[in-house]
Amino acid sequence: MSSSLKSRKEMPLTPLSSPSVGSMGKTGSWRTFRPEVDNSKCTRCTICWIYCPDAAITRQDDDSPKIDYDYCKGCGICANECPVKAITMEREEG
Amino acid sequence: MAQMIIDTANHITGYAARAARVKVVAAYPITPQTTIVEKIAEFAESGKMDVEYIRVESEHSAMVACIGAAAAGARAFTATSAHGLALMHEALHWASGSRLPIVMAVVNRAMGAPWSIWSDFSDSLSQRDTGWMQFYCADNQEVFDTVIQAYRLCEDGQVFLPAMVCLEGFILSHTYMPVKIPDQDKIDGFLPSYKSGWILDVNRPVSHANLVSPEWYMEFRYMIQSAMENAKRIIPEIDREYGKIFGFEYGGLIEKYKCEDADLILLTMGTMGSDAKIAVDQLRKEGLKVGSARVRVFRPFPVEQIRKLSEQAQMLATIDRHISFGMEGFLATETKASIFSLKDPPLVAGFIAGLGGRDVTSKTIEEIAKKSIKWMRLGRVEKETEWIDLRE
Amino acid sequence: MTIKELSKEEYLLKGHAACAGCGPSIALRLLFKALGNNVILVVPACCTTVIQGTYPYTSFAVPLQNILFESTAAAASGIVAALRQRKLEGTTVVGWAGDGGTVDIGIQALSGAAERKTDFIYICYDNEAYGNTGMQRSGATPYGAWTTTTPSGKRERKKDMPLIMAAHRILYVATACPSFPIDFVNKLRKAKDIEGTKYIHILTPCPTGWRYDTSKTVELGRLAVQTGLWALYEIEYGKFKLNPPSDRLVDEAKRKPIKEYLTLQGRFRNLTEEDIGQIQKWVDEDWERYRKLTSNSTSDSTLYGKT
Repeated sequence: MSSSLKSRKEMPLTPLSSPSVGSMGKTGSWRTFRPEVDNSKCTRCTICWIYCPDAAITRQDDDSPKIDYDYCKGCGICANECPVKAITMEREEG
Repeated sequence: MAQMIIDTANHITGYAARAARVKVVAAYPITPQTTIVEKIAEFAESGKMDVEYIRVESEHSAMVACIGAAAAGARAFTATSAHGLALMHEALHWASGSRLPIVMAVVNRAMGAPWSIWSDFSDSLSQRDTGWMQFYCADNQEVFDTVIQAYRLCEDGQVFLPAMVCLEGFILSHTYMPVKIPDQDKIDGFLPSYKSGWILDVNRPVSHANLVSPEWYMEFRYMIQSAMENAKRIIPEIDREYGKIFGFEYGGLIEKYKCEDADLILLTMGTMGSDAKIAVDQLRKEGLKVGSARVRVFRPFPVEQIRKLSEQAQMLATIDRHISFGMEGFLATETKASIFSLKDPPLVAGFIAGLGGRDVTSKTIEEIAKKSIKWMRLGRVEKETEWIDLRE
Repeated sequence: MTIKELSKEEYLLKGHAACAGCGPSIALRLLFKALGNNVILVVPACCTTVIQGTYPYTSFAVPLQNILFESTAAAASGIVAALRQRKLEGTTVVGWAGDGGTVDIGIQALSGAAERKTDFIYICYDNEAYGNTGMQRSGATPYGAWTTTTPSGKRERKKDMPLIMAAHRILYVATACPSFPIDFVNKLRKAKDIEGTKYIHILTPCPTGWRYDTSKTVELGRLAVQTGLWALYEIEYGKFKLNPPSDRLVDEAKRKPIKEYLTLQGRFRNLTEEDIGQIQKWVDEDWERYRKLTSNSTSDSTLYGKT
C-alpha cells in the first residue's frame, strides 16, 4: 500500500504505524489458486472462516463464507479443511 | 523546607529519582552503581516513594523494561556502570529511536578486560553514538540537580530523547558531600508530571517501530539530530531557570572559569573540572593566563561554545579520562572537529589521564597546562596525544 | 464453546504480510478472538515483525510494541509496571514471540519475568526454526529436521520449553495448536483471569520452512497432535492435565504413526527408517512421562500461593 504521506512535517517523531487493511497491499495478487465456494454444499459450519490465516473470509449473517479476493492469498486451507468439500481451488486465469 | 543532607552521590541520585517522582525503576546491581538502586529499594519498601520497582535479571532487561514503562506512560529510571552499560548498548539505541524520555544514572567505571572497578569515561563515551544525551557532573549537588534537569529536558516537546547523568565511580559515587534537597513542591513546579511524545494506548492503537523502509528511515534519524540541536538551545534555558529557583546553575552546556582573558583553556569533563579550577588559580598566581572550561554536556556537543572560547584563546588543552584506541580521547577529537572550520583556529593538545581510576590532581593539571604553554609559545604541538603519569 | 460463539471482530487485519498458509497468523486471529482488544502486544524480532507490514501502516488493530529480540518479557515487565502505576490493570499484556526469541535468545528475560511473577501472558509461537531469517535451526527445531544451518538434519532434540517454564512454578503453563482453536481460546481465557505469569506454547506449522503445501497447515497441526508428537496439556497451579484429544492418546494404540506427520514435510526428507524409529521411541517415552504426570499430579495449591 503506498502512502499519501509526503512531507517530513507530517511524520510522527518515531514510527507509529496505523492499523490498516492492506498494510502489505492487495495481497490477493499473490494467489495462483482461487477458492470457490459451492453454497449449495456449504453447511455453515464456519470452519473455513476460523482457519483462514488472512482474515480474508467473512462470516456472513447466515454463517456462510464470503471470500475477499482482494486479500485471499490462495493458500487453500479453507478447501483442505471444509468437511463437505464445498470449497474447490481453481487455477487463476492469466 | 529545603533540607541540607550530607551523603554520597549515589544516595543523592536515589533522592533525586524520588524527588523527580519516578514511577518505574528497573535495576540490576553493579559496582560502583549499586548503592543507587539500594537507596531506591529502601525508599520503595519503606513507603517513601510511590514506585514500581522491577528487580530485573540483567541490565539489558533493565533498559528494555524502562522502554516498556516509558512507552506505557510512566516516568522511568535506571542506573548502571561499565559492563552493565555495555550490555544495554542495543537497547540504548532502541530507547532513543523510540524517543522515550528515560533518565539513567551512569556511575562511570573503566571497561574490562582486565576487571577494574575504578573510574574513567570509557563506559559512557563508548555509548556516544546511541542517541542519548550525556551529562557529566562535578559534585554531588550537581548530580541531584542534573537528574531533575534531565527529566525536564528529556520530556520537553522539542526534545523527547533519553539522557545519561554520568558521575564518576568512587570519586563521587561513594564520597560524602553536603547537598541541598529543595522543597518537593518547588521541584514539582519545575518538573511537571510525565510527558512523552507517544503512548501505548488501547483506545488509539498503533504499532510502534515496525519495519521502516529506506523511503522513511532517514527522516526519523534527522528528527533525532534536530532534537539534539534543540536540546543545545534548551539545556542552558533549563539550567538558568533551575538556578533562579534553586540557586544552583552550571553554565548550561559548558562551565567556564576565568576564560575571558585566557591564552590557554583547559577542557575537562566531570570532577577533573573542579581540579582544573584549583590549577587555574595556582597558575594565575604565577602570572599565567589560563582558564578552565568543563564540558558538562558531551551529547549534544557544545560546538558553538567551544568555537566561542577559541575566539581569543591561543590554545586549548583537552584532558580525556578516556581513549578511543587507534585515535585519541573523544574530547580531543570533538574539540578539534568543532574548531576545524574556524579561520584561525587555536592549537589543540590532547592529554590522556586518569584511566582506570588513576588520580588526576590539580598538580597533574598544572603540569599539563605548563607543557601546553610551552607548545603554545613554540607555536606548535610537539605531541598530538600525550599520556600523563604513564610509567616509563 | 463452539467456533460460532467466537467474535467476528478481527484485530489482525487482512492484507497483512504473512506467507500464504501461515500457521502463526491463524493463532493471532484466535488470540484476539479470545482476549478482545483491551490488549497490548509485545513483539520481538520474529515473523510477526514482518506480518505487520511496513510504516506507516500495520496489520494490527491493537497497540503493539516492537522490541529487541531477547527482550519480550523485559518490555512486558515495564509495561505491566507502568499500567499498574496508572491503575490500568484491566489491560492484558501479551508477549508474542517466536521459538528462537523464546527458547534461545529470550529465555533469560522470560525466566526473570516469570520468577518475578510478572502479570502477563507469554505466548511462544513455535515454527521450530528462525523463520523470519529464512529457517535456521533453533533450540526448538526437532531432531532430524532440515534447516538452512542443519542441511543434513538437526542432530539434537527439541528443548522442552513448557516444562522449563513449569519449573518456575508459575500458575499456568499450557500447550496448544491453532488446529484446535477452541482449546487454544479456552486456555487464553483461563490465562487472562489468572494473576501472574502465564506461559502458552503453541505449535504453529509453517509451510515455507517445513516444506509442505500451504493448504496443509491446519492438517499438519492436527497430525502433530494425533501422532503424539505435540501433546495438548495444561499445568494449572502445578497440576498437569492432558486436554482433548491428547488425553486419549496415553493409550499408545490411539496414537497415529508419526510417519503420517513426518512424510508430509520436505524438512524431514532425509530421515532414515532408523531416525524415524528413534523419534517414535522418544515420543513413546514422552507419553510415559505424561502418563505419570497425569496420575501423580495433584496440585499443592499452597506451593503456588493459591489461597
